[in-house]
Amino acid sequence: MANITHSSYLARLPRLRRPAWRVKLGNRVVMGGAIVLAVCGSAILAPLLTGHSPIEQDLMNALMPPFWLSGGDISYPLGTDDLGRDILSRLLYGARITMTIALLSATFSCLIGSAVGLTAGFYGGVVDQIVSRMIDTWVAFPPVLLAIVLSAMLGAGMTSIVIAIVVVDWTRFARIVRSEAQVQAQMDYVAASRILGLGRGAIMILEVLPNVLPLIITLFTVEMGIAAVVESVLSFAGESVAGDYPTWGSMIAAGRGNIHHGWWMLVFPSACLILTVLSFNLLGDGLRRVFDPVHR
Amino acid sequence: MTGQTLFRRLALVPLTLFTVALVVFVLLRIIPGDPALLMAGPGATAADLQSIREGFGLDKPIMTQFGQWLLDLTHGDLGRSISFRADVVSVVAQRMPPTLELVFLALVIAVVLGGGLALLGTYYRGGKIEWLVDGFIALFQSVPDFLLALLLILLFTVATSLLPGSGRIDPALPVQFKTQFYIFESLVRGQFSILLGLLAHAILPAIALALPFASMIARVLKASLGDVERQDYAVMARARGYSERRILMVESLPNAVIPTAALTGIQLTFLLAGTVLVERIFAYPGIGNLAVDAVASRDLPLLQGIILAFAVLFVVVNLVSDLIVISLNPRLRNG
Repeated sequence: MANITHSSYLARLPRLRRPAWRVKLGNRVVMGGAIVLAVCGSAILAPLLTGHSPIEQDLMNALMPPFWLSGGDISYPLGTDDLGRDILSRLLYGARITMTIALLSATFSCLIGSAVGLTAGFYGGVVDQIVSRMIDTWVAFPPVLLAIVLSAMLGAGMTSIVIAIVVVDWTRFARIVRSEAQVQAQMDYVAASRILGLGRGAIMILEVLPNVLPLIITLFTVEMGIAAVVESVLSFAGESVAGDYPTWGSMIAAGRGNIHHGWWMLVFPSACLILTVLSFNLLGDGLRRVFDPVHR
Repeated sequence: MTGQTLFRRLALVPLTLFTVALVVFVLLRIIPGDPALLMAGPGATAADLQSIREGFGLDKPIMTQFGQWLLDLTHGDLGRSISFRADVVSVVAQRMPPTLELVFLALVIAVVLGGGLALLGTYYRGGKIEWLVDGFIALFQSVPDFLLALLLILLFTVATSLLPGSGRIDPALPVQFKTQFYIFESLVRGQFSILLGLLAHAILPAIALALPFASMIARVLKASLGDVERQDYAVMARARGYSERRILMVESLPNAVIPTAALTGIQLTFLLAGTVLVERIFAYPGIGNLAVDAVASRDLPLLQGIILAFAVLFVVVNLVSDLIVISLNPRLRNG
């Protein structure tokens, strides 16, 4: 059957329906990334997207349902809370706080945890012993309780939430990066670099770190989602950003108080939080697949 | 893990617990808010405050207080709770059983649901059912347990009043228990109507704790089932003409269950930690709910006792799960 040519095979292949960049990145990265960008975008553009102030009270219109229910009004598309504040604007402005806290605390936990984990895993010995004991101790704490205690200790405000999350969550990076660095330290390329005359510190930064970086990026993405949840948990426990500035967690807490009068006060912020965490998880999962040569 | 490393792990347990105790102790002493002031209440004089501080040893240096606390601990004394005006040990001991029952219930639900979903998704792979299983996994991996708790209350208590949304037992029930393990005790005594009432109260918080956990179990078990299926013995069994169901249950599952069991053990501590908020939301009288109260009232002795109790639980859970993994994996058994 020598007359079967390349072109006839190609003709029988189904046409690629998706552009190459989508195939390469995968659905998860595209979808997760798109939602994350949408949330960030609406947080930044909040003043343009809504006419109401998130803290302006309108007690005459308190507990108004979303516009598609009877009694609702299109000027308050997602209804109002018990003080007559517009739910949509509070969600949009709340996204600013949530995203800022998520970004800051994920960045710092990532930097601290990865540095500690990389050093411990690569150098081993006494450093590794100390770090492992620290991680053992940290893991023995209930994380939620530790975060609540810490933020109670540090007082209200964004900085104390970020510190609380970083103190609790740096071990997540340290643990995983440490074991990966341990594996990498045994590889031939490390031995080769030593023969070439590179110092240990240089090998760690120039050779090992780039190989651990995909893992760190994946962890970072997932940590953003975790940090968003912890921020809400702390707001919910009443230990978050002070004042009436909206956060999703404080909206959820208010929704719990009004659970019998207005389900929309609880459902909309919950949905926002779930969607955000879901998209970070999708993004992290997708990135893991993109970086993993076996999956590629 | 060999016997030697297990022994090393055991030897490290006291060290870990000691460090936890030290960190907690120092941490709590830096919390702003004077516990003496909270205890004395409004209208207390400076002399009252001074006598309370002396009574609880709050006026001594932190390290002296820690030494005294450790010394008392060796006698099984964790001090007195400020807000309950009772022994920390007895307060914690009273609140621990409800939490253990809740966690056990959640664990059972999670293992059955997660395991079942993983098997279903693997058996019907490539079809709608696998797609649904994957969807469940992705969704509940992303819904934090405290949100789930609130949404369950909204659905089953507010919208439909099918199930009670708070407490542990109907206060109108004329029932006396000998232990704090109500569910276990009513089961043993054969009081099934009471058992049903207890389960009705516990089921929503248990589901809230179980669903994220079930999604984790389903994800890991499904992935390991997929790995195992490509192994030679599974191919061999298929070549011999065994049914897919048999290959899945007899050949794949026993091998795939090991990594799942290992991770379940580690993640069980997250389930335990989740009780803090979930119990709070359901007003369930367990140790997690107690912890939030203790933070709010700055009840330092109680908070120390609770965190230490959690730490003991965590360390025990990790050890036990290591032991289970060793006993499941024949290659590790005689290491």
